[in-house]
Amino acid sequence: MGQRTPLYDLHVALGAKLVDFSGWDMPLHYGSQVDEHHQVRRDCGVFDVSHMTIIDLHGEQASQYLRHLLVGDVARLDTQGKALYSLMLNAQGGVVDDLILYRLEEGYRLVTNAATREKVLLWMATQAEGYAVKLQPRPELAILAIQGPHAREKVAQLVSPERAELIRALTPFQGLPEGCWFIARTGYTGEDGLEIILPADEVVSFMNELVGAGIGPVGLGARDTLRLEAGLNLYGQEMDESVSPLEANLEWTIAWEPLGRKFIGRQALEEELARGVTSRLVGLVLEERGVLRAHQVVRIAECGEGEITSGSYAPTLGKSIALARVPMATGDRAEVEIRGKWFPVRVVKPSFVRFGKALL
Amino acid sequence: MSTIPAELRYAASHEWARQESDGTITVGISDHAQEALGDVVFIELPEVGKTLAAGQEAGVVESVKAASDIYAPVSGEVIAINEALADAPEQVNADAYAAWFFKIKPNDPAELDKLLDAEGYRAASED
Repeated sequence: MGQRTPLYDLHVALGAKLVDFSGWDMPLHYGSQVDEHHQVRRDCGVFDVSHMTIIDLHGEQASQYLRHLLVGDVARLDTQGKALYSLMLNAQGGVVDDLILYRLEEGYRLVTNAATREKVLLWMATQAEGYAVKLQPRPELAILAIQGPHAREKVAQLVSPERAELIRALTPFQGLPEGCWFIARTGYTGEDGLEIILPADEVVSFMNELVGAGIGPVGLGARDTLRLEAGLNLYGQEMDESVSPLEANLEWTIAWEPLGRKFIGRQALEEELARGVTSRLVGLVLEERGVLRAHQVVRIAECGEGEITSGSYAPTLGKSIALARVPMATGDRAEVEIRGKWFPVRVVKPSFVRFGKALL
Repeated sequence: MSTIPAELRYAASHEWARQESDGTITVGISDHAQEALGDVVFIELPEVGKTLAAGQEAGVVESVKAASDIYAPVSGEVIAINEALADAPEQVNADAYAAWFFKIKPNDPAELDKLLDAEGYRAASED
């Protein structure tokens, strides 16, 4: 038996097929992951992501600490409520984890991956030495993601007037507390929506209300196809400690200015840039019938070989897509080996669907 | 609980086989298999005319989750394939016993008796 979120019994009652995800018993789907995918693109659905790690940071040097720890610069978050997608790197420039950070009234809240929990807590504690900062994991909190074009409007109808007002007022990538809830307009699907952090002892009744209001539950299966269509990286697939952000389509997360900010991994990235970055993350589209899968080999004529990092059938597009790491000089065509046969694929920007619309 | 019709025979690799009145054998995948695979999005079928040995790879079922080989439950020649599955692979999820994959003209009709009956398959698929 793995670890369970407070919603485990509700998942079972809702007919979830449960699978092990990094030591957690989590819902893969509640019947059809393709139906759940469409439901999020066309209406909205609710995901239990309470397995993710929440860490609050307090202390007078919390900002200095984060400016050392992260590739993004928290000094640019000038007001409470601003969210930042960022990375922590090791000294070699490899990605230790990716995360969402919210600036609180005092201090910061980080949400990091479930699979990296122990490693990241240890890494953050080690790097905190010499800083006046307190790291506070918050396992007593749960997280629900309600995602889709109608998510905010439908959730606003179910909560208190104060919370409804906040939900309507939030701008994209903003998160603010309301009572003991924290409500953010963020997500991992390429759609509008919310991520709500709330006490574990309130999450079962709230999830029940959401499902009762027609916001169907969505499992990790659809979460993966939604994020893949949106071109969003998954830690452990597109990047890990051996991959630099420059090779993972994450250069945009790096705040190079001011030049004097020596975040961990900066020197390695500068050396990599000076040498020349050798590979990049691209999108692939298979026009023929078949399904691209992680670790299939990509062949680019007169250029070299690459590898698929994530691949699946894309329900919104009705065909298979993938993210792949390929040599820097790759053009717009490649081939992928599927069960011993080579299939032509188109090489595209790694973003396939946004706000319900195909970008191909 | 998945359905396991009593009138069919089953391979441990989760194919079902049905003997037709003309002696041919129709093959598909079991309800248990479709449930384990999840949403089926692509099916690769053998070519008509191909001769298969029992247990030989005959095609592939791809779900959103994974790819899974399908095997010939008996030896013989492929005499028909269900081309409707190319455009509507989700039929396998809707009714695994209606969504047949291919028909085989068996070399030796007695091979069918080597397959599991419904009871045997239920026991094997519960392991």
